[in-house]
Amino acid sequence: MTLPNIRLDELGQGESAIIVEIIGEDVVASRLMEMGLIEEEPISMVGRAPMGDPTEYAVRGYRISLRKNESTRVIVRKEC
Amino acid sequence: MLQAESIQKSVRVVAFIGNPNTGKSSLFNALCGMNARVGNYPGVTVEQKVGRLSGTTNLIDVIDLPGTYSLAARSADEAVAVNVLSGELPQQARPEVAIVILDAANIERNFYLFSQIYELGLPVIVVLNMWDRVTSEGLTVDAELLSQRLGVPVVCTSANKRQGIDQLRKTIEHTLNAPAPMPQPGQLARTMFPAAFHLESKLLSEWLEAKGRKPSTSQVDRLLIDSDGHFQKTLCQSGLSDIAERIDEARTRLQSAGCKVPMFETKARYAWVRKLIDGAVVRQESRSASPSDRIDRWLTHRWVGMLVFVLIMFLVFQSITLFAKLPMDGIQWLQAQASSGVEAVLSPGALRSLIVDGILAGVGGVIVFLPQIAILFLFIAILEDCGYMARAAFVMDKIMTTVGLSGKSFLPLMSSFACAVPGIMATRTIESRKDRMVTLLIAPLMSCSARLPVYILMVAAFVPATRYAGGWISLQGMVLMLMQSLGALVAIPVAWILKKFFFPGEPATFLMELHSYKWPSLIVIYQRVWERLVAFVVRAGTLIFCTSILVWAAAYFPGDHRSLDQSVATLEQLNSTRAEWIKNQVSQPQSDERSTMEASLAENQTAIDEAQEQVNRQRSQLIESSFLGSVGHYIEPAVKPLGWDWKIGVAVIASFPAREVIIATLGTIYSLGSEQDEESQGLQKQMQMAEWPDGKLVFNLATALSIMVFFALCAQCSATLMTIRRETNSWRWPIFSFAYMTTLAYIGAWLTYQCFRYWS
Repeated sequence: MTLPNIRLDELGQGESAIIVEIIGEDVVASRLMEMGLIEEEPISMVGRAPMGDPTEYAVRGYRISLRKNESTRVIVRKEC
Repeated sequence: MLQAESIQKSVRVVAFIGNPNTGKSSLFNALCGMNARVGNYPGVTVEQKVGRLSGTTNLIDVIDLPGTYSLAARSADEAVAVNVLSGELPQQARPEVAIVILDAANIERNFYLFSQIYELGLPVIVVLNMWDRVTSEGLTVDAELLSQRLGVPVVCTSANKRQGIDQLRKTIEHTLNAPAPMPQPGQLARTMFPAAFHLESKLLSEWLEAKGRKPSTSQVDRLLIDSDGHFQKTLCQSGLSDIAERIDEARTRLQSAGCKVPMFETKARYAWVRKLIDGAVVRQESRSASPSDRIDRWLTHRWVGMLVFVLIMFLVFQSITLFAKLPMDGIQWLQAQASSGVEAVLSPGALRSLIVDGILAGVGGVIVFLPQIAILFLFIAILEDCGYMARAAFVMDKIMTTVGLSGKSFLPLMSSFACAVPGIMATRTIESRKDRMVTLLIAPLMSCSARLPVYILMVAAFVPATRYAGGWISLQGMVLMLMQSLGALVAIPVAWILKKFFFPGEPATFLMELHSYKWPSLIVIYQRVWERLVAFVVRAGTLIFCTSILVWAAAYFPGDHRSLDQSVATLEQLNSTRAEWIKNQVSQPQSDERSTMEASLAENQTAIDEAQEQVNRQRSQLIESSFLGSVGHYIEPAVKPLGWDWKIGVAVIASFPAREVIIATLGTIYSLGSEQDEESQGLQKQMQMAEWPDGKLVFNLATALSIMVFFALCAQCSATLMTIRRETNSWRWPIFSFAYMTTLAYIGAWLTYQCFRYWS
């Protein structure tokens, strides 16, 4: 069963999802894609920084830190 | 000459390229030793590091290119990497081999950059560095299979353990000497680009050729993919003004053909990488969190994480004051030995004064800080190498965003606590120019190691040695910590103002890789600390040495030193007579002779005291009439509101080349001849006794605090200003830095003095 699409920043601690799309064509979007955030790629949320931002994610077997204004650019779908 | 030329010609050049944090520098050091030549690339302000490969029959130079995630250049650093690899940088030989360093534990993402370099038409060597991590991260990597699929050599190394280095050395030599197999066009990732793109690329290539340009296929690709990219700007500047229009047309056509720029590139390249590593790289998916994740849960925890961060910073600064003492005492002892050695050989006069008061005092008083720098950089190196530094940036990012910066600014600013020069240079890793400029301009406010001696001197002499909590917390330590943090606290509003009025714009992106934690490597830490120490000594040996001589000369000339030399000679004669008597007294312990001896000794002591007093009087007269003294008197009205007399004013002016010089200067002004450093009892005592003409003491707590605040905020460091000039490529910013910091320092010192003068 597939749930409706959400933004990456809405993912809770330890939750996983599949990337649906990266919004935009600017530097932020292309850098996100260069770092391996590409559609159909699984991503999971590892933990938030003490002050709630940025957030650590696991993608392609490594850990990346994204700010909220970057993670809102990533649309994901949660899978049950 | 001819021989030198022929050697020059036979030097082969190879380049290191890779993502940031792949252990590229450690590998570079392992291959080339510690004797890299560091300079700037011709015409640009990016640091160039070149080393000679050791242990090879050919002469091979290795260029360590700046780390980058992609050849789609966005920062000056990335542009240099691209230009060097494609041989576009003037006066820089194109490397014959590109050695691509990959993080073996993060192969998939690292191969993205490789897929771009693979298309440059250069022979390539793949290095899977951090190989020791592969097993610990639950990976299996078949390097042999990767090598077969790519048709290029693949070498596995662990630079921090010095493993695989010989293998890499042999592979580099072999690749240079044998005609390396070039990648077949069919093997490249760009074959997976859509047909519409290939067509546009071909059209643009033909259009450029018609204009007399001959860009490579990968350059044409970059033109089409990177909107307003760096190569487009270069072409535009070289007179091809209609290039932007031509590219826009092509992009519109691509868009209507369903080819999404720039997404299609990353998609195609990652698909290529997946195919390449399929079956060659296997990751054991585990449901439970890795040890690194478990550590992270605490180190980035809401409360525990912040507490750990504060504790680590506390530990670092306490350690500097605690552990540096013994080696510093040793260095001071050596300097004192050298001075008395010179004094024993030379009679009083200009030459002796120059050697002891100018050279030995100036250079020795700087080398004494090496232990502190070593300890601070030891901590920075450990934190960086074990992976905590990135977490510190992660934890601090939110705070940094409040002043408009990112966690990436944290590292350069943290480095600036040791010295602003490497800190300012470290701002190159910040992609956003605005963020970089703000970071670079506030970096000199961080309390560098050169301020520490000023604080230590003032704190030891004028802050009461009160201890609290059973002796565990000292008031002196507290004041020291406050002074160390003052610059950083002031930097917050300064950064906010700079960001608001000088560099407005959106905050930079903060995509940062968080490596797994690992045990720091001793060899890496040793190298980083050693590099910093050498850099400091070189700086101390040139700039500070020159300043010492200049300051000595300004304090020595003009003036007739003959009567002073006479008095000093008399004093020394008296002292040596006394020493002889005491020696005789020990060898003749009879009681009747002893009493006469004691009487002469007392007489001798009076004579010594009188001679010493005369020497001091003559010295202070000579300094007051010197060049330095005249300048000091001239500016006294300006510094009097800060609680300073002309001597302090002189010392502050003289410390323009480097802050730490103030100690040597104060020592010179107060007592030409005794060793001068922040813990010298003599200097502390002389400062404690210094008086205004009306008999009031010059120094009290308020004056000491005012001097410390001034030094916390001022820009008295020509090396920092020169680095800013080099990094911004303009005189505007060093002048701006100096002006704003000196204004802040003056106001801060004035406020401090006015607040504390009644209290003390």
